[in-house]
Amino acid sequence: MDTNKNLYTIVYSTILVVVVAVILALASYLLKDRQQRNVAIETKMMILKSVNLAKDASKADDKPTYIEQEYSKYITDSSITEGNKTFPLYICRLENQDKYYIVKLHGAGLWGPIWGYISFKSDLSTIYGAVFAHKGETPGLGAEISTDHFSGQFIDKTIFEGENFVSVLVVKGGGAKGNHEVDAISGGTITSKAVEAMLKSCIGDYLNFFKANLNKATAPLYDSTMVNPSDSTMLINQIDTTKN
Amino acid sequence: MDKKIFIEPIFLKNPITVLVLGICSALAVTTKLEPAIVMALSVTIVTGFSSFIISLIRNTIPNRIRIIVQLVVVAMLVILVDQILQAYAYEVSKQLSVFVGLIITNCIIMGRIEAYALGNKPIPSLVDGLANGFGYGLILVALAFVRELFGSGTLYGIQVIPLSWYSVNGGFYENNGFMILPPAALILVGLIIWIQRSFTKELIEK
Repeated sequence: MDTNKNLYTIVYSTILVVVVAVILALASYLLKDRQQRNVAIETKMMILKSVNLAKDASKADDKPTYIEQEYSKYITDSSITEGNKTFPLYICRLENQDKYYIVKLHGAGLWGPIWGYISFKSDLSTIYGAVFAHKGETPGLGAEISTDHFSGQFIDKTIFEGENFVSVLVVKGGGAKGNHEVDAISGGTITSKAVEAMLKSCIGDYLNFFKANLNKATAPLYDSTMVNPSDSTMLINQIDTTKN
Repeated sequence: MDKKIFIEPIFLKNPITVLVLGICSALAVTTKLEPAIVMALSVTIVTGFSSFIISLIRNTIPNRIRIIVQLVVVAMLVILVDQILQAYAYEVSKQLSVFVGLIITNCIIMGRIEAYALGNKPIPSLVDGLANGFGYGLILVALAFVRELFGSGTLYGIQVIPLSWYSVNGGFYENNGFMILPPAALILVGLIIWIQRSFTKELIEK
């Protein structure tokens, strides 16, 4: 057969495209449920990890079931309303009655979206844990934001200086110091800065809620920190007391 | 079957160091061993199967649209691999992230289809594709080994250089930040090509 004829070329390409489309549509249809379940489990696992739970998820025999169980055990889905918008707020209650607030983060990295969850102690200023994830940051560089090494730096940092919202800054050159700075990733400055911007804007959405509760929590919190004192919470409380 | 089909792409006709194909991804994904290995595996699978499929239908492809046909087949395979990974190996698919898309643009795949699969039977084409992926993977792993060791002090994510050596801990050692940047990979590829050529008579131009 002459494969160079116009008609042959048109028919051939049509058949090829239809065949490929059918294969891909079929694959997508068959795999969709599993993929969506994976994404849902992943989201729940990130929320759990942001409060330093689900540590041995990788060791669990049946990871999805394990995650579901842990999630329903500790996490309550909630939300706050700001203007006419609703923002999700997850509340974690541990066995020892410690309460943590988890905020969802989303922003734009260098190549695609980045997102994460960050949890706060009940003073609503001290970070209890954080996790970050990304769609397509450069592996070995920007993609390092999803490592424990990077997110671990946020633990015990504070987002308020007195009553001013300062968020947490990501600084270059390994010079992070104080309660509001963490080190950027070398070679991944744009993604690191994107994390900083994401924190600022997403926590900013909750600012009224945070501020209201920050002030309210000051008095009783002083007692609770006496039981379990941590340097950074003490600092905030001391500043607040002097102001008052 | 000729053993050469499998042996040659690994050394004498290595896609990266001799044919100089697939350089872009070799620079981008070799800062750490783990993504380099995952990338090498995925490329090997896609080159193997795309060569196989194209070789199966090679006599029916209209010459004028053959590049498009090849692209459609390669893209289909890559999307399938991506979908299956997302459903059954979610962790791996997260690591691959943007690379899955990058596989489509890997010059080795199109290069092998054009140069080999279009003119040879399916089984040798499959072997040729796999071998080229393997030769590519070998260089990727070598680059990632050097870059991760000197750039981050780790291998496969495990700390190898003692933490007490670092100057922040009072030692004398610093990670070489240059190693994690793409130009370092280019220089390393250049060094590998230089070494390979100076020891291999067949590659020395007259």
